[in-house]
Amino acid sequence: MPDHNPPPILSVRDLNVRFGKNSIAAVSNVSFDLRQERIGIVGESGSGKSTTGRAIMRLLPPSAHIEASQMDFCGSPLLDKSERQMGGLRGKDIALIMQDPRYSLNPVLNIGRQVAEAARLHLGLSRTAALETARAMLERVRITDPVRVMKLYPHQISGGMGQRVMIAMMLLAKPKLVIADEPTSALDVSVRRDVLVLLDELIRENNSGLILISHDIRMVAAFCERILVMYAGRVVESLTRLDDAQHPYTRGLIAALPDPRNPVDRLKVLDRATLETAQ
Amino acid sequence: MIKVEHLDVVYGHKENRNYVVRDVSFSVAKGETLGIVGESGCGKSTVLRSLAGIEQGWTGSIEMDGHPIGKSRSRDELKLSQMVFQDPYGSLHPRHRIGTALAEPIHAMGLGDGWSNVPTALKQVGLPEIFASRFPHELSGGQRQRVAIARALTLSPQILLLDEPTSALDVSIQAEILNLLCDLRDERGLTFVLVSHDLAVIAHMCDRVLVMQNGGFVDELSKNDLRAGTTHADYSRQLFETSFL
Repeated sequence: MPDHNPPPILSVRDLNVRFGKNSIAAVSNVSFDLRQERIGIVGESGSGKSTTGRAIMRLLPPSAHIEASQMDFCGSPLLDKSERQMGGLRGKDIALIMQDPRYSLNPVLNIGRQVAEAARLHLGLSRTAALETARAMLERVRITDPVRVMKLYPHQISGGMGQRVMIAMMLLAKPKLVIADEPTSALDVSVRRDVLVLLDELIRENNSGLILISHDIRMVAAFCERILVMYAGRVVESLTRLDDAQHPYTRGLIAALPDPRNPVDRLKVLDRATLETAQ
Repeated sequence: MIKVEHLDVVYGHKENRNYVVRDVSFSVAKGETLGIVGESGCGKSTVLRSLAGIEQGWTGSIEMDGHPIGKSRSRDELKLSQMVFQDPYGSLHPRHRIGTALAEPIHAMGLGDGWSNVPTALKQVGLPEIFASRFPHELSGGQRQRVAIARALTLSPQILLLDEPTSALDVSIQAEILNLLCDLRDERGLTFVLVSHDLAVIAHMCDRVLVMQNGGFVDELSKNDLRAGTTHADYSRQLFETSFL
């Protein structure tokens, strides 16, 4: 019988991120807990959703000032860790899946070596064992001919396959926390669902927590148990169902989406002036 | 307004021949908005580029406004249709001010220097006149796409070819641009051909949708079909299912 109230994998309280001497915070007072669940962060470009993800991984440039009254990963504070300790966590316990596999895979290493590198680094395997693990993992992400694909370079595979390779590489070490930053935005609609379903399956299998960062509110709603809506660096609303949306920004975002089943002549546009005053 | 018959676009020679577009025929009535939907590499942009005259290697026949159009076009033929591209970052010259970009089409057609036209061009897409002295990097993505639309409209074309006009934009900005396009269409009686991979955008904008796969059309959907979710081919059903998770 599993514990019904396990401690959160990640606990964030009052996260603030500022860049340089800029008086406007890129992220302000963001708080949430993540257990073995999938939460989505949605918002427009510039709302601070990716910055939040990167702040958790401590991957922001030196000009960024990160402050939080609490940012605990499995009980230990992330902000107190040295760069070396963070290096040990990144990729092993916390994984980041980025938007475009064409830019985030190493172009001069073949797929096999890249995935095997992750296995050697995080699982401490020997060269041959790592290659075998890589092959098994590629097979797990439903790449039909892993032996052939392992010899290919990133530019020789499609975007959907590239993202599978990324997922294989990132989830090989069974991280406790996976941050997926727009994992399907660069992909065709037809492969989008396959990649999401695969990600979901592996997350459940490993009992990990997932933070899915996306601008696509409908996709996030279909996929995540909880949605955090960000606007201008703040979490304006936390939802479990889209229909419960109360905040004018969330409702505006939903109304701006064209829906073929409820056609309208004109789409609703966000009224930014009232949103600014509401802030 | 547009009539295309047996359009083929082939790259490569002999055994390397690759049909990017294969035997495509369709027509668009005046004032109608036709959508073409499909995944990357299906040839939808190539069809549009052939219509715009950017793609030279096509065979078949293209008729616009009742006249057949050849490979090399006269100025009048070029003025008939204008194109709006996907990436507002890539389609404006980074070192030309917005005013220069908007004056360029008139200048290129030999109709004067085009500068007098710039304020109205900006106003019609809802941008202030002072934007004429700015550079593209000083504008947001949505504003840049407005400039691209203003530029396409400066020659008063009857046909607007839209290649994924909102794919690079946020949904909230996408709504603004789609509304702008609808308004301009109603105001001027424009004919649109809209290419997109986003079925929701296509369904919102278009009277009729052609579903493209591997260089050919596999399905044609009316507005009612889209509303009811009716499809006539396996591929379009798949596309429907994956588009709305």
